[in-house]
Amino acid sequence: MLSKDFDFEKSIKELEIIANSLENEKISLDESISLFEKGVKLSRDCSEYLENAKQKIISLTEAQEESNKDV
Amino acid sequence: MLNTITVSQLNNYVKSLIENDVRLTFINVSGEISNFKNHFSSGHWYFTLKDANATIRCVMFRSSASRVNFDVNDGMAVILKGKVSLYEKDGQYQFYAEEMHTLGQGDLALQFKQVKEKLEQEGLFDAKSKRPLVKFPKRIAVITSDTGAAVRDILNVTANRYPACEIIICPVLVQGEMAARDMINTLERVYSLEEIDAIIIGRGGGSAEDLHCFNDETLARKIYESPFPVISAVGHETDFTICDFVADVRASTPSHAAELAVPDCQEIKKHLNNITSLLNSRISFKYNSKLNILNSINSTVNVLNFERKIQNKQIDVDRLSDKIINQMKFSLQLFVNKTANITSRIDALSPLKIIARGFTTVKKCDEYITDISKIDVDDIITVKFIDGDIDCIVTEKNVN
Repeated sequence: MLSKDFDFEKSIKELEIIANSLENEKISLDESISLFEKGVKLSRDCSEYLENAKQKIISLTEAQEESNKDV
Repeated sequence: MLNTITVSQLNNYVKSLIENDVRLTFINVSGEISNFKNHFSSGHWYFTLKDANATIRCVMFRSSASRVNFDVNDGMAVILKGKVSLYEKDGQYQFYAEEMHTLGQGDLALQFKQVKEKLEQEGLFDAKSKRPLVKFPKRIAVITSDTGAAVRDILNVTANRYPACEIIICPVLVQGEMAARDMINTLERVYSLEEIDAIIIGRGGGSAEDLHCFNDETLARKIYESPFPVISAVGHETDFTICDFVADVRASTPSHAAELAVPDCQEIKKHLNNITSLLNSRISFKYNSKLNILNSINSTVNVLNFERKIQNKQIDVDRLSDKIINQMKFSLQLFVNKTANITSRIDALSPLKIIARGFTTVKKCDEYITDISKIDVDDIITVKFIDGDIDCIVTEKNVN
């Protein structure tokens, strides 16, 4: 289960950065492996986010109530 | 002098005459506006309508004037609809306008042009104030009629493309006089929300009159104030409204707006797969290249070097042992030669050897005699030969 504050955009960006840094020869194998593990987890999370997404439709009134609750 | 009446009575009578004439009650008059005054406190309009040869004073009360949706200026050619009456206070007859329409281009077109020019000058359409849309939105507010085709189109597109985005439906009137006000109020409510990634405001296609509420100046200003990026989606491809110009992004239709607002899930999945396989290929490349380095180090250090060293040492050892053996052989030969030499020399010195050559030894009283002085005449001496000896008596002695 993904955490509630999972940020898809941030995760995709991070994944792209990780994929790019793996190309860097200067990164040690140890670092690469931990980056890889992180990348695999991000990739799984992103897929899960997309697979499980169901459109949620709410009315403006509901949205307002919700945001009042937050305050 | 019998029928004297007051001025008030006179004006009142003339007024009633005019007002009772149906030909003066509902008429359209065309002319050019001059001396236009918008009374600052009452909101009533006072102006003169004229043509080449004549003028008439006109008044338009605030209730009627507020329905005119364009700015009125001197020199404007208009058609007024209203009635003629008399203003009793100064005895002036004047035209009471209830509607005003422009001549030539339509009123709506004129209003559109005026508002557009005004806002453009104020910089509300500047490209630099346009904000980019969020790539992966979490929440989008849709401001449109909840019964129209637009809302269905938007929901279909967003559900298919990117269901991860939450949609807040904000139902509003999208045509008629109340529409602009309704949309402004709704925008205000949406602005008070948090974490809205985009607002879509719009409606499906319709006549120019239907879409006209989206040309409202106050609505345009309200959109400009938006804390969130706004996508305007009014009518079809060919319809342009003030909202389109002031919004951050103009979409040609509501469906198009939805496409602009959310990314395509299938494409993201493809992208995600690409990154993931890139991740895999890069880590295996990295692993393999490290493994190759390790292997080459192994083979160099452990196998090649070590083995070669052993081989080299072996060669050294072999050489040394050969050298030792040769040296040994040489030394031995040297020794053998030396021994042979000595033996031969010893052999040569042996008295037997001398005897064998024909020499004899002489003994006197078991003592070898080497010189004649030790022998006297009549001594018995033993002469030794190789194969025996004889005793002899010395008869003569000759000293050299």
